[in-house]
Amino acid sequence: MPKGTGWKDIPLGGLILEAGNSVEYKTGGWRAFRPVRDAEKCIHCLFCWIYCPDSSILVQDEKMVGFDLEHCKGCGVCAQVCPVKCITMTPETEFEKEK
Amino acid sequence: MREILALDGNAAVAHAMRQINPDVVAAYPITPQTSTVQTFSEFVANGLVKTEFITVESEHSAMSACIGAAAAGARVMTATSSAGLAFMWETLYIAASYRLPIVMLDVNRALSGPINIHCDHSDTMGAREAGWIQIFSENAQESYDNFIQAVRIAEHPDVLLPVMVMHDGFITSHAMERVELLTDEEVRNFVGEYKPAFPTLLDVHNPITYGPLDFYDYYFEHKRQQVEGMAHAQEVILEVAREYEKLSGRKYGLFEAYRLEDAEVAIVVLSSTAGTTKAVVDKLRAQGKKVGLLKPRVFRPFPAKELADALRHLKAVAVMDRSISFGAMHNAGPLYLEVLSAQRIYGGSMPVVDYIFGLGGRDIVPAQIESVYDDLFRILETGQVERLVTYLGVRE
Repeated sequence: MPKGTGWKDIPLGGLILEAGNSVEYKTGGWRAFRPVRDAEKCIHCLFCWIYCPDSSILVQDEKMVGFDLEHCKGCGVCAQVCPVKCITMTPETEFEKEK
Repeated sequence: MREILALDGNAAVAHAMRQINPDVVAAYPITPQTSTVQTFSEFVANGLVKTEFITVESEHSAMSACIGAAAAGARVMTATSSAGLAFMWETLYIAASYRLPIVMLDVNRALSGPINIHCDHSDTMGAREAGWIQIFSENAQESYDNFIQAVRIAEHPDVLLPVMVMHDGFITSHAMERVELLTDEEVRNFVGEYKPAFPTLLDVHNPITYGPLDFYDYYFEHKRQQVEGMAHAQEVILEVAREYEKLSGRKYGLFEAYRLEDAEVAIVVLSSTAGTTKAVVDKLRAQGKKVGLLKPRVFRPFPAKELADALRHLKAVAVMDRSISFGAMHNAGPLYLEVLSAQRIYGGSMPVVDYIFGLGGRDIVPAQIESVYDDLFRILETGQVERLVTYLGVRE
């Protein structure tokens, strides 16, 4: 269902008729601090992946490869549990220019 | 064979529930509703129905269990009164907004306080904005008939809204009357097998979500959809009534007009008091006075145009309200306010006055109803409306 669908075309009663579509609901917009990883320092222990409450640590071939910034809320748990302190919580204002 | 039984209103509805044989009933006892679910629980215990009867610790839980069961695909019913309905408040809105076709009997009882167990309409009038269809019954027969029709109305794909059926506490709920039952088979054929409109919670092959967060981006659209269901309800109510009439021989509409066509003045009143008013109408007609009655059956959706059309030819109208809308214009009753709104939009220039009566079970007797007609004729003679709202039977 495309965003902005009118009342005649959305399911009645607030029902969500498909399973597993919460990934389509972007919730990263209220993040104030963005996790930034120093890839050189990262030892791929995946503590961050285990602790992340929003499944926002991206992993490929058992390696930590980045963050899902559409769902990360910037809670900082990953930076806290990182044993080599390779994650820095950086104010979103520093990325304003990128937009 | 069809049976004619001596039943009180609550037992009549319990029999309707037995004949419908719902999948789930979750209910909590409260006077004067108790005997409905008590009688029905005997039917369950005696194996006359296949219903899963859930005893709960409160009405909030009763309606919550009904919502869960309905979302799981069951045909669901319950019953309550007064404080029990008030305790369901939050969940009434949830049942309506999830579009679950739950059917409920509310035995009208005053809402505390001071605490009172007798009839008035303050309980369901308070719930009039909850998104439920509301159908008022004059007597046990009507309550039985309305309850069976309610299933079809609620479940209609163009409607999908819960329905509450009302009858007056004690006056109807506990007074024995002649009630003509359809056969079990006729009722089961009439309501048909229940097919939920959406995939249900127990359908593991089509997993869905009921009741997710619904914020500024979709909530408004869902409310707009509810309006559409309510707007379709009126035609569906009439369609179901026509089919029910073919089956039972008993005719139902949005309201009943009694000796109204050539009347000069009329009373608009709900439920059992309409029965008393009919006797007064007959008496005054025998004296040559042109009086009539309009008894609304469907209060939500309110049949504004039809009602205004039926009243337009009258020279004066009295609405009788068994509840007060505190702080509304002139502290009038909700029925009066609806009739006035209908008149404003759909026309009619006669004076309309309101009588608050019968609060907390205060008796309403024929002489008082006669006095209302006398007042209306006085308005005709003098052209003056002395009071918009009169308290009928209160001690000064």
